[in-house]
Amino acid sequence: MHRTTSNNVFMEQVISAVPGGAALRTCLQCGTCGGSCPSAGDMDHTPRALFAMIDAGMRDEVLKSNTPWYCVSCYMCAARCPKEIPITDIMYTLKQMAVKEGLYDDSTAPDFSKTFIGWVEDYGRSFELGLMGVHMIRHNPFGAFKLADMGIGLVMKGRMAFTPTRIKGIDGLKKILAKAKQLEAQA
Amino acid sequence: MKYSYFPGCSLEKNADAYDKSTRAIAEPLGIELVEIEDWNCCGATEYLALNQTAAYSLIARNLAQAAKNEDVTELTAPCSACYLNLRKADKYLGMKNGLADRVSQALAAGGLSYKSGTLHVRHLLDVIYQDVGLDRLSEQTIRPLYGLKVAPYYGCMIVRPAFGNGSQDPQNPTSLDRVLEALGAQVVDYPVKADCCGGHMTQISEDSGFELIRRLIKAAADAEADAIVTLCPMCQLNLDGFQSAMNRHFDTSYHVPVLYFTQVIGLAMGMTPSSLGIGQEIVSAVDALAKIGSEPPPEPPQPTRRKRGDKSLPMPTARVEA
Repeated sequence: MHRTTSNNVFMEQVISAVPGGAALRTCLQCGTCGGSCPSAGDMDHTPRALFAMIDAGMRDEVLKSNTPWYCVSCYMCAARCPKEIPITDIMYTLKQMAVKEGLYDDSTAPDFSKTFIGWVEDYGRSFELGLMGVHMIRHNPFGAFKLADMGIGLVMKGRMAFTPTRIKGIDGLKKILAKAKQLEAQA
Repeated sequence: MKYSYFPGCSLEKNADAYDKSTRAIAEPLGIELVEIEDWNCCGATEYLALNQTAAYSLIARNLAQAAKNEDVTELTAPCSACYLNLRKADKYLGMKNGLADRVSQALAAGGLSYKSGTLHVRHLLDVIYQDVGLDRLSEQTIRPLYGLKVAPYYGCMIVRPAFGNGSQDPQNPTSLDRVLEALGAQVVDYPVKADCCGGHMTQISEDSGFELIRRLIKAAADAEADAIVTLCPMCQLNLDGFQSAMNRHFDTSYHVPVLYFTQVIGLAMGMTPSSLGIGQEIVSAVDALAKIGSEPPPEPPQPTRRKRGDKSLPMPTARVEA
């Protein structure tokens, strides 16, 4: 199955975005990835199937899939892949593409990432109370109620900050991130 | 031994006990921690889902900040996610690809720069296992943890991806086992030691998130461990903080306390539980810690020699430490 070039624009896009991504062309379709994945049961396509779909140029179907969003970044698939495909990094790239094109229709996971990063972009540090509060009210208000005892426990144990910490160099960080986003958009 | 220290956001508050215990054991173990000036969040697993260049630029700012201190080339992070992000960024910035160029330009916009390979990024466990060493840990153990049964939990990101420089097997790591044994604790067989705690999954899908937590807690309970010992604040929060919610979800009643390995090391070194942040865990570790010293020290393993005429099959025996 080894190919050095293909006319598959989508596959080439994925490969060029991932450091070491060219290994994707050598996928044997052995299924070790899906068999190693702790959340494969919740995915609508296993990673192996998803790579076959990328190979077939099924762009929209791949970017609509819940598979990347159920990836827990445990790297077990990547550690076991006989072709050393950086599977976890490919999942990150597919998430980025799906967010950019607004194709994944369950917004829970993308919104969690966006809320998390919103605090980081403004303060330079993450803010758990703000993250969990905002996210749960939007996506799981009943869950917030169920987890109230945990939240209270964390507060009682002094494990929950009530205000975010702002780094001193936040202005510099904002410049870095603005430039990074500009470069990413051009890439 | 001097190290740039990247605590990470979790250690500021939620995993304050990890930070406290790390700082407490550092000096007696000969580790000098120099906190990175004005460090920022590593983005965890979230920024990489949104914007690759911004994600690596956010991480690289920390590398650039640490590299300003030219005397210190070793960098250590106690959080597995922070460690992996810093390590990955250092590696990818040294590869020939567009990403490295874009990140360099972004850093320059903030007046910073970083050259891949300047720093050697390591997890705190690796520092304690390799640089401090088991001999020194044993020497400093004045209150051995005899009688305490522990499940060593590594999670994912400290062992995978190995990046070719791992002293650890990516699926069956053993360094934490050895560290805990050096302290006198009894390490139980914990086959899920490098499985995933689910990371942020509790916030995305409770069914998936709680199932991953259940597997880890159940395996420790089945092995009759008094506590799980971990080295990652996300794993600790999932296994400890979400344990009661998981119990409700599956109608189970597990009670397995989850401690940081630095806390356990501190206990063996004779430090008080409160100075190590013990008591901040949600699932109380009081009963588990009461077992310390409840059993006599284990007898040294006898050298095995087969008797004449013994026709039984050779079976594996306990490993004999030199």
